[in-house]
Amino acid sequence: MKLDCVTNSIGRRVPREIPGLGVLAPYAGAYSRLDGSYVYTPKTFPRRVPAPTTDKVAPSLAAAIERSGLESGMTVSFHHHLRNGDTVVEQVLAAAEALGIRNLTLAPSSLGDEADCVAGFIRRGVVSRLHTSGVRGEVGKAISRGEIEAPVVIRSHGGRARAVEEGSLRIDVAFLAAPACDRLGNMTGSAGKTACGSLGYAIHDARYAGRVVAVTDNLVPYPLAPRISIPQYLVDHVAVVDSIGDPSKIATGATRISRDPVQLRIAELAFGLIKSTGYLKDGCSFQTGGGGPSLAAARYVRDYMKEKGIRGSYCIGGITGFMAEMLKEGLFEALFDVQSFDAAVTSSMADNPRHMEADVSCYANPLNKGCLVNDLDVVVLAALDTDVDFNVDVLTGHDGVLRGASGGHSDTAAGAKLAVITVPSMRNGVPSIRNRVQTVVTPGETIDAIVTERGIAINPRREDLAAAARAAGLPIKDIRDLKAEIERVTGVPDEVEFADDIVGIVEYRDGTIIDSIRRVV
Amino acid sequence: MKPDRTAGRPRRSLLYIPGNNPGMIQNCSIYGADGVLLDLEDSIALAEKDAARKLVRGALRALDFGGVERVVRINGRDTPYFEKDLAEIVPARPDAVRLPKVDGPEDVLEADRIISRLEKENGIEPGTVRIQAMLETARAIVNAAAIASSSPRLSGLTLGGQDLAADLGIKATKDGRELLYAKSAVVIAAKASGLEAFDTVYTDVNDLEGLLEATRTAVSLGFSGKAAIHPSQVPVIHVAFAPTESEVRKARAVVRAAREAEARGAGVVALDGRMIDAPVVAQAERTLELARLAGMEDAQA
Repeated sequence: MKLDCVTNSIGRRVPREIPGLGVLAPYAGAYSRLDGSYVYTPKTFPRRVPAPTTDKVAPSLAAAIERSGLESGMTVSFHHHLRNGDTVVEQVLAAAEALGIRNLTLAPSSLGDEADCVAGFIRRGVVSRLHTSGVRGEVGKAISRGEIEAPVVIRSHGGRARAVEEGSLRIDVAFLAAPACDRLGNMTGSAGKTACGSLGYAIHDARYAGRVVAVTDNLVPYPLAPRISIPQYLVDHVAVVDSIGDPSKIATGATRISRDPVQLRIAELAFGLIKSTGYLKDGCSFQTGGGGPSLAAARYVRDYMKEKGIRGSYCIGGITGFMAEMLKEGLFEALFDVQSFDAAVTSSMADNPRHMEADVSCYANPLNKGCLVNDLDVVVLAALDTDVDFNVDVLTGHDGVLRGASGGHSDTAAGAKLAVITVPSMRNGVPSIRNRVQTVVTPGETIDAIVTERGIAINPRREDLAAAARAAGLPIKDIRDLKAEIERVTGVPDEVEFADDIVGIVEYRDGTIIDSIRRVV
Repeated sequence: MKPDRTAGRPRRSLLYIPGNNPGMIQNCSIYGADGVLLDLEDSIALAEKDAARKLVRGALRALDFGGVERVVRINGRDTPYFEKDLAEIVPARPDAVRLPKVDGPEDVLEADRIISRLEKENGIEPGTVRIQAMLETARAIVNAAAIASSSPRLSGLTLGGQDLAADLGIKATKDGRELLYAKSAVVIAAKASGLEAFDTVYTDVNDLEGLLEATRTAVSLGFSGKAAIHPSQVPVIHVAFAPTESEVRKARAVVRAAREAEARGAGVVALDGRMIDAPVVAQAERTLELARLAGMEDAQA
């Protein structure tokens, strides 16, 4: 779509308005709406009060869709807790298609590799708009080629929670996959053969969607016990299907620590940096992803905390079995789990009262009255690409095609006192530090350091960190020198060619537009 | 021949890198090893010999290895690749070549002759490229002293545990106790000629505990370094080479006493009323160097 654009505060051209979405505000700095003066009025919409029903359980998924009042042109949401094993998105869209429903806005919390089927629903007109955190595989290619007319809207997890709460993303019907559910719609993710741990994203949608349909393959005797993640008073209908997903792709085994020497070297340097800054002390809070270097860095953090007898406050985010283990060892007071990354987590959440399920607004919504990320001391994050201004791209690959997810990246980077990016200096011979990242997801203003196996670059805003890191003997390099050093091995890749058409926008966590995604030629 | 300008540099760990693996070669500077052994021999299939040789030559010329010592293990004198390897690798100025299957002085001398000619032809200062000799047969162990004193180009001896066990017709165990005599023979022959001695590899990459024990044994026998076959082995080897706190304290006292004696112009060094010999001072300096390499705080004299 060709759109009239304006330049935002980091020099990116972003649209002023998108038909169907309305007027958009350009990004104006990571904290521009967080000085205490920003006011918004939630947009509400009419909700029909259902008559007390004797039977929420619909005879089929199609019947549940009909009872939910879903019509062409409406917005549907899904959660992505079943990860690559999810089959609910496909089942619901197929049933809707069979009912003649078209032009849906698809607004899942994210889409994984399993969602290749969505490309087909887009081509057949069942889905005409997409709001998501992540796009991979066929859907990413379809969008980058311009196969969907309306630009896709990419939001961070916190940003989506905010958009749903303020009403700029209005969900007509939420279809929530439920690994365990009873006849009145009480749901949890921590039981059943398709158990996925936390239902952090789904809890939020259940609160704000016009209608809520629980989709389950595990209808348990009433009441669901001992844990209820989403209570019955938020749920309109229950649809029982044969299967909501493939357990082998939902809960993979315990995440293992990498033995790749490059990743270990990055982790070692990242840990050295964290240690040198002095943030690792009693009462500290910590978040790390499940990716190679992040998880390996967590191992160093664990060993250090054990050795020094440090007891931290909390860990948040995507929770791995490794972090559940750290909780068990008494290294933290509590875990807040918005999304569970592996099978080991599910039993920890079921058995350990200090392993708490947290909804996504609590986790990262910047415009609520206090989200967890705002109190973070340290976060270790990954990147696809970075640039000399410390901007980070976690969405577009080296070829410019959408293949990533915004996730909690920009939320945690903005909230944490120390935001560390871990990234190999090159991937398949292509350097990871560029002059300008293709798509800014997380602004450099919120990134403190970029750690590669060839050295650490520290944001010039944080001279305090650079001094501490240098004193600890870490290889601190100016980011331009580090870039040049990497390019001596890789050379400088040619720029990817893009058309003017905008195929997507990246909404920053506060609702402003930080960048646009253009069609790949 | 000029003196070894790299003498005194740390050689606790020497990491084997297959010469046909560009992904690993480009990262030589990040593994944390004191040196890398870019391999053209056992890890390279016959069909890959030419490609590996060209890749290693290119890497030596183009890549920044940081402070990491660059050693190339070439193919033995008994193979058709020996001369080709030297002809292409020496002009790229590695710090040393590791010569496998050295049975006697003649193997070292032949390599020395070729390297000398290549240095001359390529305008390289004579003696720039050192030789590490690998002793891998019973005959080599018997000839260890003669090998060690055969050429001033030699900088170190090492043994090839697997091949030696095969030659002896014995089974190689993980801790290598059956090679105790051979290891000691290599260490003594090396030290007698002022060379360094490197221990053979520990083949079970998943057993880091066993590696630590084996490396501690190597340290106690007098080896100055050990070869590694996986980057995860490097930090473990370094742990084994790190002195204890009390060793560091003693070494610091010895070195301080020696400096004070030197400042006073006294010929004799005494500590706590006892005379200290020059070798003890040298050993103390070595201990402090190992402590510094191990990142131990307060390792200065």
